Amino acid sequence: MSKNICIVPVELNDYSLIENLVLYLNQTFEFPVHVKTANIKPHLAYDQRRLQYSSSILLKQLIDNSPEPLNQSKFLALCEFDLFIPIFTYVFGEAQLNGPAAIVSVHRLQNEFYGGSSDREVLRERLIKEATHELGHTFGLYHCLHPKCVMNFSTYVEDIDDKSPLFCDQCKAEVIAGGE
Amino acid sequence: MKIKDVSLLIVDDEFSVRDSLEQWFRMDGFDVDTAEDTKQAFEKFRLKKWDIVLLDIKMPGMDGIEFNKHIMSVNPDIIVIIITAFASVETAVQAIKDGAFDYVSKPLDPEHLSNLIRNALEKQQLTQENIKLRERIEDLTTPDDIIGTSDALRKVLRLVVNVAKTDSTVMIRGESGTGKELIARAIHANSIRKYAPIISINCGGLTETLLESELFGHEKGAYTGADRLRIGKLERANKGTIFFDEIGNISMKMQMDLLRVLETKQFTRLGSDKPIDVDFRVVSATNRDLEKAVKEGYFREDLYFRLNVVTIDVPPLRDRQKDIPLLARYFFNLFTKAMVKPIKDIHPEAMRMIENYKWPGNIRELRNVIERAIVICDKELILPENLSFPFESMNAHVITSDDSLEAAEHRQIQRVLTKTGWQLTKTAEILKIDRTTLYNKIKKYNLHKDGDE
Repeated sequence: MSKNICIVPVELNDYSLIENLVLYLNQTFEFPVHVKTANIKPHLAYDQRRLQYSSSILLKQLIDNSPEPLNQSKFLALCEFDLFIPIFTYVFGEAQLNGPAAIVSVHRLQNEFYGGSSDREVLRERLIKEATHELGHTFGLYHCLHPKCVMNFSTYVEDIDDKSPLFCDQCKAEVIAGGE
Repeated sequence: MKIKDVSLLIVDDEFSVRDSLEQWFRMDGFDVDTAEDTKQAFEKFRLKKWDIVLLDIKMPGMDGIEFNKHIMSVNPDIIVIIITAFASVETAVQAIKDGAFDYVSKPLDPEHLSNLIRNALEKQQLTQENIKLRERIEDLTTPDDIIGTSDALRKVLRLVVNVAKTDSTVMIRGESGTGKELIARAIHANSIRKYAPIISINCGGLTETLLESELFGHEKGAYTGADRLRIGKLERANKGTIFFDEIGNISMKMQMDLLRVLETKQFTRLGSDKPIDVDFRVVSATNRDLEKAVKEGYFREDLYFRLNVVTIDVPPLRDRQKDIPLLARYFFNLFTKAMVKPIKDIHPEAMRMIENYKWPGNIRELRNVIERAIVICDKELILPENLSFPFESMNAHVITSDDSLEAAEHRQIQRVLTKTGWQLTKTAEILKIDRTTLYNKIKKYNLHKDGDE
């Protein structure tokens, strides 16, 4: 069964980030990519003590309120909040391994977060890589040891810059197999 | 080791912690499982071997500190990472003291956790590599291949064990083929240097120039033909043992050079003036009468004394009568296995010949005779005619039922026929008889190509 990829912006201010992303995801996954909205209430995921948003709660909301049937698409929520899962201080994003949904935040992908000056090009590139990476997990991909593969695990934001936005041959083959 | 081969157990009473860590590590490809308390963890330990354990310190029942102690007492190679809710120095120190690899405090920093796991995997890989290497070294150097129960051999082995523990220079004396190199290896294998190499050099088999280059190595361009840097044996033996076989055969110049190295523990590669420090133990062996050589001026007295701190005399095989059948059987098993031949045993008559022979070439000769017999033998038993003693004439006083001229002729013809693959012309040529005579003898002794008479 062929898949669609559905991008769901969640209180995203900068929609210009999405245009590029749609193009890239379409080229990389070779599936139709479209943008839809969903009834997600971020304030329910907000943790007063940590001043962060629980990515797991946001993911659950996305699945419960998916704009399309779950078996037809892979859903990627896109936000600007600082995300966390309880055991970690933060996460760039979260995905369900072989599941329908993933979420990515641009919060820690921005140079400004680390005290640097704003760079939209760099941010767009990092977002493409992280979105591809998290969606890769929804296609059943594990972290890849190939240093340039987009599925290579990034500890630091600089690691994201070092890898390419593309899958290695093996991961690409698994994505194709996973979409069929 | 691939990530999927690394097993990781998360022990934490909080579901959300177990769940998110499980997801996290699964994405890396680890073989992950979880346990909600130490009771469940014990059960998981009973069923499987774990490489890495992430262990919460505060849990109902037995706490993480106690469980860590238990893990360490069972298998200290397991990597335990303690998770604490409140980083307290005391508990962290206690956990590390008890053998934990490290500790992290909740909530975990993903960067920190990634680095920690990377280091843990590196440590684990090194530990396993180390175990494998040790096993390999022990396999290679256990003196299992020193066979025998005779008093003469026991005396030598006792000396080997005592000497091995010291760092003294040892000279091994004994006839050719008595196993001097094995004794040198046994000394090395039982010494503190056993994890460094033992480097052997046969001083008798090399010209002075070659020996020099073998020992000292040379820089690129040191002489014509020295097209690259060569590390010499002295340098390779650093921290280990160097074994000079046939030391009595080296030239006066080499004796002087060697003496200098032994005195200063320094040498220079050929073509270089940079001294290199070395630290090795010297074991040497000779079958020559070195005292006589010293007296006659062929061997430097100072070098003789430097090499001859402890002497081990390896007895000739004829003085280890009791060991001959053991050794014969050892080589029999070794070669039948190596050649995959269905030979069951040595015929009692053949064994009697082996025991009665004086073995002037010692163990090496015995080994060769057995090896040759196994090659030739096409029956279930090694028969007397399969044995050929190169120094048989020296053994003339041993009388056996097989000593008749006819039996010798029979054996000789059969051996040459086997050797030539039954090429009659070639066999006749070797035996220096004409083809007709050979043909008649084959008939007389009822010899057949497949060996059946």
